Amino acid sequence: MADLKLTSVAKSYGDVHVLKNIDLDIKRGELIVFVGPSGCGKSTLLRMIAGLETISGGVLQIDGVPMNEVPASQRGIAMVFQSYALYPHMSVRDNMAFALKIAKKPKAEVDAAIEKAARILQLTPYLDRLPKALSGGQRQRVAIGRAIVRDPKVYLFDEPLSNLDAALRVATRIEIAQLKEQMPDSTMIYVTHDQVEAMTLASRIVVLNGGGIAQVGSPLELYERPENEFVAQFIGSPAMNLLDGEVTATGAVTEVRLAGGGVVRSSVPTEPGLKGAKVRVGIRPEHFTPTDGAAAYKGEVEITEALGEVTLLYFKASGSDAPVIAKLPGIHAGLRHKTLSLSATPDKVHLFRDGRSLMPR
Amino acid sequence: MANNPYRWAVHLSVVLFVLLWTLPTFGLFVTSFRDKDQIAVSGWWTALGSATRNDMFRAPEGEGEVEEAGRFTLTGSVFAGASGHVKAFGISSKAPDAFAAGEVADLGDGESLSVAEDGSFTLSGPESFKDKRGQRIFFTATTPPSFTLDNYRAVLFAEGLGRSFLNSATVAIPSTVIPILIAAFAAYALSWMQFPGRALLIAAIVGLLVVPLQMSLIPLLRIYNAAGQALGFDPKSYIGIWLAHTGFGLPLAIYLLRNYMVGLPKEIMESARVDGATDFQIFTRIVLPLSFPALASFAIFQFLWTWNDLLVALVFLGPQDDKLVLTGRLVNLLGSRGGDWEILAASAFVSIAVPILVFFALQKYLVRGLLAGSVK
Repeated sequence: MADLKLTSVAKSYGDVHVLKNIDLDIKRGELIVFVGPSGCGKSTLLRMIAGLETISGGVLQIDGVPMNEVPASQRGIAMVFQSYALYPHMSVRDNMAFALKIAKKPKAEVDAAIEKAARILQLTPYLDRLPKALSGGQRQRVAIGRAIVRDPKVYLFDEPLSNLDAALRVATRIEIAQLKEQMPDSTMIYVTHDQVEAMTLASRIVVLNGGGIAQVGSPLELYERPENEFVAQFIGSPAMNLLDGEVTATGAVTEVRLAGGGVVRSSVPTEPGLKGAKVRVGIRPEHFTPTDGAAAYKGEVEITEALGEVTLLYFKASGSDAPVIAKLPGIHAGLRHKTLSLSATPDKVHLFRDGRSLMPR
Repeated sequence: MANNPYRWAVHLSVVLFVLLWTLPTFGLFVTSFRDKDQIAVSGWWTALGSATRNDMFRAPEGEGEVEEAGRFTLTGSVFAGASGHVKAFGISSKAPDAFAAGEVADLGDGESLSVAEDGSFTLSGPESFKDKRGQRIFFTATTPPSFTLDNYRAVLFAEGLGRSFLNSATVAIPSTVIPILIAAFAAYALSWMQFPGRALLIAAIVGLLVVPLQMSLIPLLRIYNAAGQALGFDPKSYIGIWLAHTGFGLPLAIYLLRNYMVGLPKEIMESARVDGATDFQIFTRIVLPLSFPALASFAIFQFLWTWNDLLVALVFLGPQDDKLVLTGRLVNLLGSRGGDWEILAASAFVSIAVPILVFFALQKYLVRGLLAGSVK
């Protein structure tokens, strides 16, 4: 239930700069998700907010109070770890009571907080069990319950679902979404490398890459209006196709001749000066449609993956480029080794120059 | 299938080693309960089953005979106080088992003899048995195993072993508890607290593991003597030996416990830190309970070592009778009662009873504590 503000926060281990110039404004009640590839510093950033890592530069404020030097226990945060980090020798009840007992809260208050959290998380029948007698999902709920009883200003989740199997992950993801709905005022920061979790849970996603923020925005904003090639390829699965091309016509609708010979039109407007410039055209696999007319891309299908609801087509790559991927709804048999022409509607075609999107902000 | 012969070899040698250790121990155990005289004539393995023996009993010369209707009857027991089962009896050395138990043997002159299975005999005849030579009764009897606690009574109360037992406990228990207390704190700091020189300190402790304790006996004793003289107390005291054992045990204790604690999940400590726990609270509420297997395994080591120790005890406590530890008493007994097996066997068992108890009480932690940290 607090605002969080990061001003040019940085982290370095000696000469190695892990994070630099992180500016972020988190409003009360938001669920912010940090995503990014392995090693992008997302967990480090979370641990810096938690107070488990020192902050090498910049200022972290919670409710306007600088927190750089405040120990973890006094920042008013609660953290849920990937490995649950339950105290294995304590019952579920004692696990949840630990923080409150340390804080010397009266027993009645402790019991009430535990009862309430257990009810929300459906843990009441398990309160006297040891963690080892619980399933993975139940353990994760205990870890969340341990955070809830403290009534923290900010909840921090560090890849909380990574240790669960696929089915349980979906169920727990929905539980977390419901939990957030029950506590609309609580501020949550959630780290994950799973973009489905990010897309479904977040009110805003922070995409981190190479120690910096690549883009901040709502899930659909990131999907529809990626600011750069990294975000464009990171969000969405399979990743967006990027094809080299040259601008042949500018204006409200831009025309690009692709290296493969095809011509594609994009509703991204361009200045006249851009004519002849080298750009990269981004088209999501799901936005390709097979065509008999003017093709943006033409190639031989090398591999098909039939998933039932959709069929993925991997086209033969030319040179060292990544293969173009198309995602067609429904079942398409017998396309392998056939040559296929694809087109895309102009409003789904992204243009990037020097890695940055040409889409106006 | 290729490893089958190896498996057999392994199993066989395990059985062999187990027998090699347990058989003599068991023999010692049995011997400690046997009578001195029995030990002298037969091996301990004969004590377990019933023994068959041939013996002779000479009936008394008419003492206790009863006259009734002109017949004199003499009753008694061939075992003369002991117990057993008579299988057969006879009246001459040529045929010591001529009659089965319960039969009536005719001795001539109207005299008859019968021996019941429980050893009671009835001798009856027309004349008084007085002034005759007592009738010889040969018999074959089985005796059940007989055990006695007399040896233990003797060593514990007459030979001073009880006193030494208490002395050993007085040495061993604090010498186990004190190093664990110190080492647990040190191990936590060395595994979970950041401070300059930590790695160096760990290396130094590992280095101390290889210092032989014999090397430090004389310097330590000189320090004790000097301190005793300066402060006016007896340098050979229990406190002195506790300190010595603590010092000798600490490197291994810190090393074992640190290795264990460093293997505890980091997230648990971080979680506790976020929950507001101080280092001391993390130590007492989380690390200590979770380190119990390591604490127990070190406790076994240290207890066994201090309980079985003779050298350090003799140097720092001395050989006086009132401070002599069990091992020292055993050495004395070997000298003074070297031939008395029953005493030695019982003493040995008194001294190994406690280690065995400690081991069986804590053994499930021993392997766990040793493996943890090394095997993930």
